[in-house]
Amino acid sequence: MKITPLIGLEVHVELETKSKMFCGCPADHFGKAPNTQTCPVCLGLPGALPVPNQKAIESCIKIGLALNCSVNRLSKFDRKQYFYPDLPKGYQISQYDQPFCSVGFLNLDSGKKIGIERVHQEEDTGKLQHTVLNGEKVTLVDFNRSGVPLVEIVSMPDMTSSAEAKEYLKKIHEIIRAIGVSNADMEKGQMRLEPTVNVCIENETGIYYTPLVEIKNINSFNFAVQAIEFEIKRQVQEFEKSGIEKTATNKTTRGYDSVKKTTFLQRTKEEAKDYRYFPEPDIPPFIIEEDFVERIRKEIPLLPDQEIFSLEKLGVEKKDAKILISTQNRLAIQIVHDYSRDDRIDSKKLASLIVNGKLNPAQDVLVQYRNLTKIGITDTTQLTQIVQNIIDGNPSIVAEYKKGKTNVVGFFIGQAMKETKGAANPKTLSDVVTELLNR
Amino acid sequence: MKQLHELTINEVHEGYRNHEFTCVELVKHFLNRIEKYNPKLNIFLALNPNVITQAEAIDREIAEKGIDRELLGIPMAIKDNFLTVGISTTASSNILKGFMPQYESTVTCKLLAAGAIFLGKTNMDSFAHGSSTETSDFGPTHNPWNPEKLPGGSSGGSAAAISAQLATAALGSETAGSIRQPAAWCGVTGFKPTYGRAGRYGCIAMASSTDSPGPIAKTVEDAALITKVISGKDPFDATTSPLVVENYPSFLGKSNLDGIKIGLVTEYLLADMRNDVKQLILEAAAKFRSLGAIVEEVSLMDPKYAVGVYTVVQRSEVSSNLARFDGIRFGHTRDSFGEETKRRIMLGTYTLSSGYYDAYYKKAQAVRTKMIDQFTEIFKTFDAVIGAVSPGPALLIGATKNQPMFGEMEDILVEQSSVAGLTSTSVPCGFVDGLPIGLQITCDQFQEAKALAIADCYQKNTTFSQFPDLDKTL
Repeated sequence: MKITPLIGLEVHVELETKSKMFCGCPADHFGKAPNTQTCPVCLGLPGALPVPNQKAIESCIKIGLALNCSVNRLSKFDRKQYFYPDLPKGYQISQYDQPFCSVGFLNLDSGKKIGIERVHQEEDTGKLQHTVLNGEKVTLVDFNRSGVPLVEIVSMPDMTSSAEAKEYLKKIHEIIRAIGVSNADMEKGQMRLEPTVNVCIENETGIYYTPLVEIKNINSFNFAVQAIEFEIKRQVQEFEKSGIEKTATNKTTRGYDSVKKTTFLQRTKEEAKDYRYFPEPDIPPFIIEEDFVERIRKEIPLLPDQEIFSLEKLGVEKKDAKILISTQNRLAIQIVHDYSRDDRIDSKKLASLIVNGKLNPAQDVLVQYRNLTKIGITDTTQLTQIVQNIIDGNPSIVAEYKKGKTNVVGFFIGQAMKETKGAANPKTLSDVVTELLNR
Repeated sequence: MKQLHELTINEVHEGYRNHEFTCVELVKHFLNRIEKYNPKLNIFLALNPNVITQAEAIDREIAEKGIDRELLGIPMAIKDNFLTVGISTTASSNILKGFMPQYESTVTCKLLAAGAIFLGKTNMDSFAHGSSTETSDFGPTHNPWNPEKLPGGSSGGSAAAISAQLATAALGSETAGSIRQPAAWCGVTGFKPTYGRAGRYGCIAMASSTDSPGPIAKTVEDAALITKVISGKDPFDATTSPLVVENYPSFLGKSNLDGIKIGLVTEYLLADMRNDVKQLILEAAAKFRSLGAIVEEVSLMDPKYAVGVYTVVQRSEVSSNLARFDGIRFGHTRDSFGEETKRRIMLGTYTLSSGYYDAYYKKAQAVRTKMIDQFTEIFKTFDAVIGAVSPGPALLIGATKNQPMFGEMEDILVEQSSVAGLTSTSVPCGFVDGLPIGLQITCDQFQEAKALAIADCYQKNTTFSQFPDLDKTL
């Protein structure tokens, strides 16, 4: 029996724009006092209307371009309708059949292409707080998050293991951060994951596909991995028991219990919602011109994979390059690039020293590098000659040293360094100076 | 000499300038009339509690600076679907009973900035769902010409307020006929600007893709001035146009209509329409000819298709727009929705459901596009098209009972222009059975100046804009 998992991912990213998607309220809602960042629009008061945030749309298109998507010339918003207390208008403004971006891809390190189906713009909901107030169980609603711009990235079901899913997610995370549209902080809920999983089973009797399962709202890469792995095992066991195959209507929705590390049934298709999508009449459709797209494309910096590649070209090892990129150590990346033209420094070594925490890129790189690598003039005879000349030429300073003013050591080191045009190994030089002064 | 309630906007300003009366006196005069007649007519749902203080401030401003704002000291009646801070706003619905708005609507903001003073809020069909003002959760408004008759709707309260002369001017809103039809039935002037000309922010949404705020007034002149004040790009409404607002009053006062080409829509002379109503429309056409215009018959798509399109699109949008009244906020549960509202939510939910969307909503939008194309073609050669606003005069109170398509049948002649987002005026063009009949003059999108100029010339050369003597009719 051969088992091939088929995994697709929906990723929601909260954009870090200044204002919300359809009103002027601040989009930064984390840790703010409840309902202090609201207005008639994001509270869904009677008569209030949405006005789209241009900056958010640019960010959405930027994400699409970074994922090699095409930008649709004609696009529009739609209303996705359902009742929930955190949804003040009774519908979410989203995009249905004409998203801003469609059909792109993301390359895994193996070279495997993961297809991107669409990247679309929508708005976040409010937040429910289940709590006890005056001895009574209550649910409170905080609308600070209501209307915060949200981008949904939908992949094709191209991943065949939890490891591939994790790599895909990490790459999405890095790209989002690199292009500066969001910090994508998982702990703040700025990035939320929804894997859709089923399994292809090949045995002696034929090829079978298990029913699709969508796992809702996961907020860590590891939970996603655990949920996917649990789901693969569960579906294989379930199939062996029931023999039920995937049909057009038997998709179910499951939640993930991070304590028990299991998934649990939330909704079957019979209970599935009919969202009654229709074009949002309050927002005219968009015609997105080519030069607008090109302007956004120009704003996209080198993407993580491209940056890793450019470091590799300097001789940096891939594992070190990946660490520098994933930690977004901009100074270190800059320094590795800057010193790549310096013959005295080996880029591979420099990157490794930084990654291993031995070299602080914020301090004098050359001095640290030489100390750590013992390069430069280490010939003590040659250095002794140079230092002795300086000592002979400065008897008064030597006298000061003898009186106990030890910091004049720096003067001699500096002079000797100057004499060698900076080529002396600082550690060796310092040893020589101390030795000669104490003689 | 005219009494205070009979004055137009210009006449009120003339009176202020000549110190004939103060704003406080004018407001008190209207309040007295409201106190006297409103119990019989049920026009006002709420009165502005601060109106006297505001009138006093206006009097001080007039004394200090004269009249330097376009609507300074003009007492207005506001349809109850516009959010007004300090005056309760319900859209004539129980679910919003007692609702005090947290913000001011764009158009009432503009009216206030121009110096208008609000007397109160007027009755309407609940959530504007109707053409009678009979679906109001607070009882029907009575037609000032005959209290046994309906005023039309949904802006029935605002139209009746002008007809009964309980305000100098009024604000209404039209989704499909909601300004023109009650204006016609009450014998006053109604003007529907192009969709997107005046902002909808703060106007409780009915059908988002056709809702258009507009004035109901004594004269086309007054309507033109109010339209100028409320129009323009609204930063809070993405569907408003950035086109510059023209100075509409300056286009009025033409002595003839030389060079104007008017289309008399043959399909609007319905087979089952009363002959005397048809006759008035033909007389209006003759009047246009005598004023110098060329009048030719023009053919449009059968208006029944507009009714189909409008019914589907509007119900769909209504079902969505009313979802925010979820019973959690605003103090009342969804069972306080009225019959008509519930009916529309049900129909709209159905037409948007998966499997039906393509057959209804999508098809309706396709027909709508065809209609717009047809109008575009006609307006290449015609300046305006005319027809009756409503197939007949005001119907009896109770006529909507068990008639879920009542509004659509009464609005059959105005829905096409609404669906196409055009601009249109309703002006009185005669009487049948002692009740007024309205003529619609419809122009292409953003041709407000033209529609108003033609209507103004017609109005000034006819004598149909009259007001009932309430002491006789009530």
